[in-house]
Amino acid sequence: MNKQFFQSDLGTMLLFSVAILTMPVWLDPVGANYPDLLQKFAIFGIFAIGFNILFGLTGYLSFGHAVFLGVGSYTAVWSFKLLSMNVLPAIMFSMIIAGIFAIGIGYLCLRRSGIYFSILTLAFAQMSYNMAYSVLTPITNGETGLQLSSQDPRIVDNAFSDAVVEGLPSTNLFGMEMSGYPGFYFCAVLLIIAFFFSLRIFRSPFGMKLQAIKSNQTRMRYTGFNTRPYLLTAFVISGIYAGLAGSLLAVTDPLAGAERMQWTASGEVVLMTILGGMGTLVGPLLGVGIIKYFENIFSSLNSNRLHEIFSWLPDGLEDFVVTVVSHFVGEGWQLTLGLLFMLVVIFLPGGVMEGIRRTSTVIKNYNAKRSQNKEAVTAAASKESDDGK
Amino acid sequence: MENNSTENNTVLNISNVNVTFGGLHALSEINLQIEEGKTHAIIGPNGAGKSTLLNVCIGKLVPDTGTVTLDGEIMTGKLPHEINHAGMVRVFQTPEIFPEMSILRNMMIPAFAKRDGMFKFNAFTSMADEKEIEAEAIHVLQDFGLVDQMHHHAGSMSRGDKRRLELGMGLIQHPRILLLDEPTAGMARHDTNRTIELLQSIKERGTTKVIIEHDMHVVFSLADRISVLAQGRIIAAGTPDEIRANPKVQEAYLGGAEI
Repeated sequence: MNKQFFQSDLGTMLLFSVAILTMPVWLDPVGANYPDLLQKFAIFGIFAIGFNILFGLTGYLSFGHAVFLGVGSYTAVWSFKLLSMNVLPAIMFSMIIAGIFAIGIGYLCLRRSGIYFSILTLAFAQMSYNMAYSVLTPITNGETGLQLSSQDPRIVDNAFSDAVVEGLPSTNLFGMEMSGYPGFYFCAVLLIIAFFFSLRIFRSPFGMKLQAIKSNQTRMRYTGFNTRPYLLTAFVISGIYAGLAGSLLAVTDPLAGAERMQWTASGEVVLMTILGGMGTLVGPLLGVGIIKYFENIFSSLNSNRLHEIFSWLPDGLEDFVVTVVSHFVGEGWQLTLGLLFMLVVIFLPGGVMEGIRRTSTVIKNYNAKRSQNKEAVTAAASKESDDGK
Repeated sequence: MENNSTENNTVLNISNVNVTFGGLHALSEINLQIEEGKTHAIIGPNGAGKSTLLNVCIGKLVPDTGTVTLDGEIMTGKLPHEINHAGMVRVFQTPEIFPEMSILRNMMIPAFAKRDGMFKFNAFTSMADEKEIEAEAIHVLQDFGLVDQMHHHAGSMSRGDKRRLELGMGLIQHPRILLLDEPTAGMARHDTNRTIELLQSIKERGTTKVIIEHDMHVVFSLADRISVLAQGRIIAAGTPDEIRANPKVQEAYLGGAEI
């Protein structure tokens, strides 16, 4: 009964919500309990979940999803500048604008599949990045990035209050400031909602059809499905997720720069999804966790810290180990990430989730064998005692 | 809408179809009428153009000239999914299933096609119908003896089972006309007999069928009419008895041997 409960939607959501909301508690021992990093976990979690709806379900690999992240950020900052520092309109507008961009880009790119689709999305992303850097400077403020300023109109805010604020105002949800832990909890709640929608999509007939498109698109056509609207819907949904993630980046830190749209940002979400396990529900989140952890924690380890960690080793050996390891942390954290990524792709093509599945199968088999052996032993014992009589 | 072709009970009308690949005449002036409720077999040696003809029917290939009409409606130039919705369903020679998905889901996908293959936003209604479609899929799987393994991956099935699944996926769409491309090729004898039984039971339901087959045992136990294709031309057509007796057919295809 327990197992069934955890596999039902309600059970999954309960388990997931508890896990996300208690992150500050269980991430404390590994040194990842500070609001900035937790916010990043949640925000990129939303980004990766959305990306996985497209890549994991339909198999269409987009190399330009950072566009929607960037669009979301710019829209949110503009909403802060023009309307209000309240985060709700910012998020709403970001999702709408990102969705519109996704319709346009998706409509054009989905005319091709496979590598051509990937290249087209990449081309769009680079185009948007360069435009944000140069010609669109009035909207994006070019290199400097879009920032708040004290001269911003903020129509709605100013209409309702006459109070003169010293310095720059901060983003808020009806007066609650969106930085630190409140910011994290706000992102976490949105992550939970985003996860719920993704769960519903995965388990719905719509998700089933997307999986069938991934499995055999030609057959899908001869089975009577017009596949392109299905693909476009998946593309737009994942674009909206990315827009939401982008707006949350602006909510927690109200500035937007063009580098958010760069191809490295698009590549990062691909890495996250593959590392965690594409096409699985929680895999992308694990990928986000691993990559963001490396980026923030591994990169901050320096040789002093390493000497502390390895101080239990004999002196000569300690120096040697620290010299070797220091190449893999600090500045070199990407080296470790690259090695890890290679290992996962070579030995666990299904990502970390496949590793978990394999381990659980091994344990299950081991337990089954042990209980079988036990039965055999008790059976033999009872037989002996019978013989003894 | 009444028109001539339905009055004559012609379901599928292939008229004056020509297909060339470069200089090769794959199909020359093919004219073929398939009548309602009948099983029409197309036989012929390898490379005679049988599969090309089916490809023309389902829109995989656009003919150089000529038209294919289904119930008086022109199919030529339509997209594959539109042709499927008109009621023309093909069962592929090499099983074209969804290997990563379970057998049950493989069966459910084509059942969904009729309702929302054209795509509409029905996130809420589709949830409610899912159970109904699942029940229908299970029912068909029962008919095909695949219900015990329905949660297994379709890719792990034996070849014979895959072909039966393929056939079921065609039938669950309740087609107006079913195109079968060598349904028994590469099957063991008892599998072949089982497939013949299945096809005969479909016949009783009155589904119109076009069947391409090499196995003469299958052809003569199922077909109402036979057309013989050789080098892209129809060289003979008639009832099984007429075809058996036709000397031209014996020379071209049956190698002069008595059947």
